[in-house]
Amino acid sequence: MTDDILNIEVDGKALEARRGQMLIEVTDANDIYIPRFCYHKKLTVAANCRMCLVEVEKAPKPLPACATPVMDGMKVQTRSKLAIEAQKSVMEFLLINHPLDCPICDQGGECELQDLAVGYGEGVSRYHESKRVVKDKNIGPLIQTDMTRCIHCTRCIRFGEEIAGLREMGAIGRGERMEIGTYIEKTVSSELSGNIIDVCPVGALTSKPFRFSARAWEMVQRESIAPHDSVGSNIELHVKGDRVMRVVPAENEAINEVWISDRDRFSYEGMYSEDRLQTPMIKQNGVWQEADWETALEFVRDNLDKPLLNHGGSQLGGLASPASTLEELYLFQKLLRALGTNNIDSRLRQNDFDQQETDPAFPYLGQSIAALEDLDAALVIGSNVRKEQPMINHRLRKASLNGADIMMVNSVDYELNYDISEKMIQSPAEIVAILAGIIKAFSEMGNQSVDSDIQSLTNNVKVNDTHRAIARKLSDAKNGSVLLGNLATAHNQFSTLKVLALAIAKLGNVKFGFISEAANTSGAHLAGVLPHRGAGGEVIDASGLNTDDMLEQSLKVYLLMGIEPELDCWDGRKAVQAMQGAEFVVSLTAYESETMKQYADVLLPIALFAETSGTYINVEGQSQSFTGAVPPVGEARPAWKILRVMGNLLNLETFEYNSSEEVRDEVASVIENVALGSVGSWTTPESLKNVTGSTEMGSNGTLQRITEIPMCSIDAMTRRARALQNADDSKGLIQINSTLAKRLSIITGDTVVAEYEENTYSAAVMINECVSDDCVLIQAAQLNHSELGAWHGNVSLRKA
Amino acid sequence: MIKTDNKILSEHTRAEIDLWIAKYPADQKQSAVLAALREVQHENQGYLTTELMDAVAEYLDMPPIAVYEVGSFYSMLETEKCGRHSISVCTNISCMLNGSGEIMQHIEKKLGIKEGESTEDGRFHIKQEEECLAACCGAPMMMVDHVYHENLTPEKVDEILDELE
Repeated sequence: MTDDILNIEVDGKALEARRGQMLIEVTDANDIYIPRFCYHKKLTVAANCRMCLVEVEKAPKPLPACATPVMDGMKVQTRSKLAIEAQKSVMEFLLINHPLDCPICDQGGECELQDLAVGYGEGVSRYHESKRVVKDKNIGPLIQTDMTRCIHCTRCIRFGEEIAGLREMGAIGRGERMEIGTYIEKTVSSELSGNIIDVCPVGALTSKPFRFSARAWEMVQRESIAPHDSVGSNIELHVKGDRVMRVVPAENEAINEVWISDRDRFSYEGMYSEDRLQTPMIKQNGVWQEADWETALEFVRDNLDKPLLNHGGSQLGGLASPASTLEELYLFQKLLRALGTNNIDSRLRQNDFDQQETDPAFPYLGQSIAALEDLDAALVIGSNVRKEQPMINHRLRKASLNGADIMMVNSVDYELNYDISEKMIQSPAEIVAILAGIIKAFSEMGNQSVDSDIQSLTNNVKVNDTHRAIARKLSDAKNGSVLLGNLATAHNQFSTLKVLALAIAKLGNVKFGFISEAANTSGAHLAGVLPHRGAGGEVIDASGLNTDDMLEQSLKVYLLMGIEPELDCWDGRKAVQAMQGAEFVVSLTAYESETMKQYADVLLPIALFAETSGTYINVEGQSQSFTGAVPPVGEARPAWKILRVMGNLLNLETFEYNSSEEVRDEVASVIENVALGSVGSWTTPESLKNVTGSTEMGSNGTLQRITEIPMCSIDAMTRRARALQNADDSKGLIQINSTLAKRLSIITGDTVVAEYEENTYSAAVMINECVSDDCVLIQAAQLNHSELGAWHGNVSLRKA
Repeated sequence: MIKTDNKILSEHTRAEIDLWIAKYPADQKQSAVLAALREVQHENQGYLTTELMDAVAEYLDMPPIAVYEVGSFYSMLETEKCGRHSISVCTNISCMLNGSGEIMQHIEKKLGIKEGESTEDGRFHIKQEEECLAACCGAPMMMVDHVYHENLTPEKVDEILDELE
């Protein structure tokens, strides 16, 4: 393909270019800087700012480098008299209506317009007429607008259309009166919306929570890894003094490209919430008091020793957040195992643990994150992927735009920002039958490789055209994948779902993977925070209790790390009951809460992600280490240090670590041989529940609960991030579709009472047609209404 | 996807829009947006509302903001309530040389409103910034409710406007 390589000359330098490239791509790749505002490498070319004008030989006038395709033998001058004069003139025009209010502008000091004005602007303006003023728009709690500063580059509009897949911003009016805005008063509500702050080259769109709190030159930039999803987006923390002031993306093409989710961008506010635990606290004779570290840890040791001696290790259980660092998780399980227990888990939002022994080493995506965009077919089972994993959704969206068939099996018809080629939206109980139907469709198509065990399972299943279409599209795929999401993992028949999903992947000859939940779900599995496996997948013969059993059996002693069990566990009510029934609960926590103070005996303040060094392993198995950017607040300490000292105090062996790197190297040596690509080797269950040919759930009036975690409530830190919380307006509502609402004579805004098991929960209703028939969508993990009980089951609904 | 019942557009309007949709390739329904907005405006006493534009957006499978952009761009589309008789006085070069300024002044004085405003009784609206209407040979001229009136004098203007309800 030598024809495709062209030779051009820029500023006298010979360069090679590919046919079809724009001039600015070639100069950028060769470190020749051409000024620009509207051009952005991830967005389409608009060529409307004209800042990148350059002189091209034989062209009668300057040409915009962003919209000029390279041609063989082209000779370009970027700094000639003609080019510079053109650039200076454009700058003069751009500044005519710009307020030049840099001293009170948040963008000051990091502004592309300011920088280029220094380079290309005149010291004195020739324009003496009045400047236009544009009214600011309120587009929600995350993004501040100062639209008078806007230079109409349209990057934010193109970002919305091309990347976020949600066109919310537009150019309203025309000519001199054109304004960028939303026309109607509305909150820009994409899960990636914060990125328009970064793409905006001026101070028109800035971060609202960050507003007026620091100047660019007062902050230092520290690299880190985002802690709220399993992608591990690369981020920069902007730190002033001892405080994280804001978070911006760092470029990593293989993981997050140049974007980050709103959750990763704005969660830092949660680090400084008022209920952040500042000092260790112990409860003596029912009274909470602050303590120094020595007293608190000795208190832990004395109490831990006592019940342990009385009850043996079997009465000790440990639950850890899968968003903890690899080092913390490794020491957590090491400490507990040294104390003689295997009751260790971080799978807090899982209920069905059958066949965990044959699970893969960790819930692997089955491919790299970047490879998702090359898929030509994907079947996503049980996932609100857009909200749960915005960067994975972004890759699937790219695949879809390239023509891939993205197919969904869910209980809620989640609004996605791309076309879904097939979807089956039914109640949670029917998900199993859907997968069985797809399998049966494969055998109908003459696929010979259907396992006889599985085939017999699907005998009673009715197959419809959608089942057939999904089976056919997966069969036709050259590069397909089946992906299991969080809602599948949380399903009360997860073990059946995983068997059937893997069977579908095998029948379609496509990849099989999990879209796992947390920043370190992979790391927690590999570090051995599992009842049945030690670090590096070491098989434990005497398997301990999983999360559900630990809560069910009400142990005497619990060690918690980084979680609020009432909100983070699948069955919050059961979790609270278990904690309250225990004799001694130690909570390594960043926050104190009234609920926690009722059941815990010791609260040890831990550092959050930006305050400690550590490692996250993402869903593709990529291990990414980071250093602490700021010291922990108050007396808080990194959890790995606390665990290390606890190990020393309890006279446990090999707890002599001097740095988190030493811990990391020890884990690394244990897990380095774990194979990436392993899928589960599960056995087929003997029968399928809820598959009777026709599943008419709800016909007798029973409704099923669907549970999801709002994207900004997934962990303690995001639950306390003020702006993120304010941006989510459906939080806490009970959602049903209009058919059900009509039957129950309920209208939007009515207060209803949902009853399940012995619990009641009342909230306002939102009519949402995306919820499947005879189902009630209730959100979990809400600070103001914990103890909700199990995520699945029958529920009844009545007007309050 | 959350969809509302599209009852805002009348059957007649939808039939008109369908005629325009049929003129374009099936996957380019949005090409009919201008015609659709014109039709909807016509049926709504000469102006568009956000609800109507949303209905058009849904009918043509477009993001609402894309319809707002079109609605706010073109001068023949009004996005705020205005008088039912629309007066466009050409103020471009030929008309200007032939006294369009006087004509405009006369109308403004007669109706007691400025360019771009509507009379309180909802009877008249003077269009803002009307450019050449391509009738230079009859300058000065104006267009009232899509009808051209040429070689205007203040008396002739009175006659035309007084006849309107």
